[in-house]
Amino acid sequence: MTDQTTQPPGTTKDSESAIARFFRETELDTRLLGMLGALAIIWIGFHVYGQLVNGFGAFLTPRNLWNLSVQTASIGIMATGMVLVIITRHIDLSVGSMLGFCAIVMGVVQVNILPQFLGLGHPMIWIIAVIIGILCGSFIGAFHGALIAYGKIPAFIVTLGGLLVWRGAAFLVARGETISPVDPTFRLMGGGPYGAIGATGSWIVGILGCIAVLGLILMGRRKRTTFHIAQRPVWAETFLAIVGCGAVIGAVLLVNAYPWPRGIVRRYAEAEGITVPEGGLFISHGFAIPVLILIAVAIFMTILMSRTRFGRYVYAIGGNPEAAELAGINTRWMTVKIFALMGALTGLSAVVASARLGSATNALGTLDELYVIAAAVIGGTSLAGGVGTIYGAILGALVMQSLQTGMVLIGFDAAIQQVVVGSVLVLAVYLDILYRRRSK
Amino acid sequence: MTDTSQTPLVQLKDISISFGGIRAVDHVSLDLYPGEVVGLLGHNGAGKSTLIKILSGAYQKDGGEIWIEGKEANIQSPRDARDYNIETIYQTLALADNLDAASNLFLGRELTTAAGFVDDAKMESETAKIMARLNPNFRKLKEPVSALSGGQRQSVAIAKAVYFKAKILIMDEPTAALGVHETKMVADLIQELKKQGLGIFLISHDTREMLELCDRVSVMKNGKMIGTERVEDVTEDDILSMIIMGKKPDQAA
Repeated sequence: MTDQTTQPPGTTKDSESAIARFFRETELDTRLLGMLGALAIIWIGFHVYGQLVNGFGAFLTPRNLWNLSVQTASIGIMATGMVLVIITRHIDLSVGSMLGFCAIVMGVVQVNILPQFLGLGHPMIWIIAVIIGILCGSFIGAFHGALIAYGKIPAFIVTLGGLLVWRGAAFLVARGETISPVDPTFRLMGGGPYGAIGATGSWIVGILGCIAVLGLILMGRRKRTTFHIAQRPVWAETFLAIVGCGAVIGAVLLVNAYPWPRGIVRRYAEAEGITVPEGGLFISHGFAIPVLILIAVAIFMTILMSRTRFGRYVYAIGGNPEAAELAGINTRWMTVKIFALMGALTGLSAVVASARLGSATNALGTLDELYVIAAAVIGGTSLAGGVGTIYGAILGALVMQSLQTGMVLIGFDAAIQQVVVGSVLVLAVYLDILYRRRSK
Repeated sequence: MTDTSQTPLVQLKDISISFGGIRAVDHVSLDLYPGEVVGLLGHNGAGKSTLIKILSGAYQKDGGEIWIEGKEANIQSPRDARDYNIETIYQTLALADNLDAASNLFLGRELTTAAGFVDDAKMESETAKIMARLNPNFRKLKEPVSALSGGQRQSVAIAKAVYFKAKILIMDEPTAALGVHETKMVADLIQELKKQGLGIFLISHDTREMLELCDRVSVMKNGKMIGTERVEDVTEDDILSMIIMGKKPDQAA
């Protein structure tokens, strides 16, 4: 009992285990670790299953993980917006249809309209198309938000209507035609060998990432000193720094380990006038542009939610709408803004999704709303409101996409995939309820 | 003692409000002076909370005038009320349960850094300072307020009024959810705030508590004002008969 005097008041557990002490000192989120653990089990599980049953473990390869990162981008971008919608006790069922509509509008703009005025392949085309896509999403979102906030129509109904309306509207805009090919620069935002930043670019991103990790840790320490809050022990900070930088460098090594396919290398070499050596030319993909877009969105949304009044009000409205209103927050206008933001992110997702496909079809984004909602919920966003994080939603999107990809790789057919994805969603929410009950 | 010759802090003149044909508040007038505690008594549904919510901006009156410090005030929303230095502590403990004490204390008035971001560390240290003054036992600064006891939650609400230097404080059953010790703490706080010259409207069902804390008590019944009496002029029985029969003591005799 002698060591009690050295402990801060309130934590007089002298029987505290080493693991519990580790978590307390590093202040790691056990939820986050749980999700990373689940992800590791899914990844290793699919890889081992592939090895045992098919004789080839295809999951934990640079190629698959790179593709997984690209596939996660579109759902992940929307999931960060869905977090805000669900935190404020609303729902948005229309994001999949909005994505289809925005993609078609962008397709028409860049294929049918702009080339007439600017000429084919003009460098402004993709910029104007992206801006129009994001604005299109924002306006639809703001319109939904206004119906919900000022018309007092439940979000479920407004967006269920939107689900049908915007899918139908997408068909009407182009009379059901598939619009292709999209602008070549626009296309880079969907990934692919050219839509990635290569080995050198990836190392630059990686080094910036490491600097950010170290900077955040140092800034945290300085803030705690200024306001006399107890510091984390140095070993815990060092551990976090090593894990953080290790993860970033690991990601860079991974994406750089995935080379361009041979055919593309040959065409590239011909165009650039390089002679391909005997063993073939190893050109790394590096980070895909859609993944960088997702990372940028994640950083922006995290800052928005944790460092601005807007984010604080989102949580307050979710926790107690009446209290938020009484504290002088304009909750209706906030609802409009939240849905407009969701719409803008959907527009951005439409850019990624249609760029990846290389064309715009009115069926783009079908059922996306369900994956987006599932990603947010698996990521710990509470449907009761008030609780949710951006990183959780992105991890949730990664879990959903890993399941999808993994089942395709090991050769499960579509029917089994649906059964598994649906069951995992229910199970994840049940585990979340158990976790919250215990931590209360 | 209240000096009634000075300008009243608040004058509610002939206030009315109806909800779907029911007159919840029917031509009620009431005033409040600096350093005074005025108690509002009455049955459930007598219109006390409704009247006070008009002053705090939660409801909009149908008729009548609100005067603050001798000038007519236009209060359309809680934000307007706050601009007149009116703070309200609600019966339902209007806190966002998922946020910590500092976020609740500064909700709607966050401190920001030069770059415009919320300054959590500053808000936390300010909260620690004011809580040390109001409720020295308060330690759970980092936890969501759902983890706090009723008294601790109430002290967060009161800290809000004190920190932002309210002139007019509305307390709607501030002790309803509290234990004996915590009730005492709130009572001491009311005395302290009164000394600082705040005007306080207090709503409660506990007649005895009201006679201890208030300078004057007003009784409402069915949306109408029955009467306002100085506490030293009336007994608990007088007040009870006003609440139950809706008559002033001299008429009741």
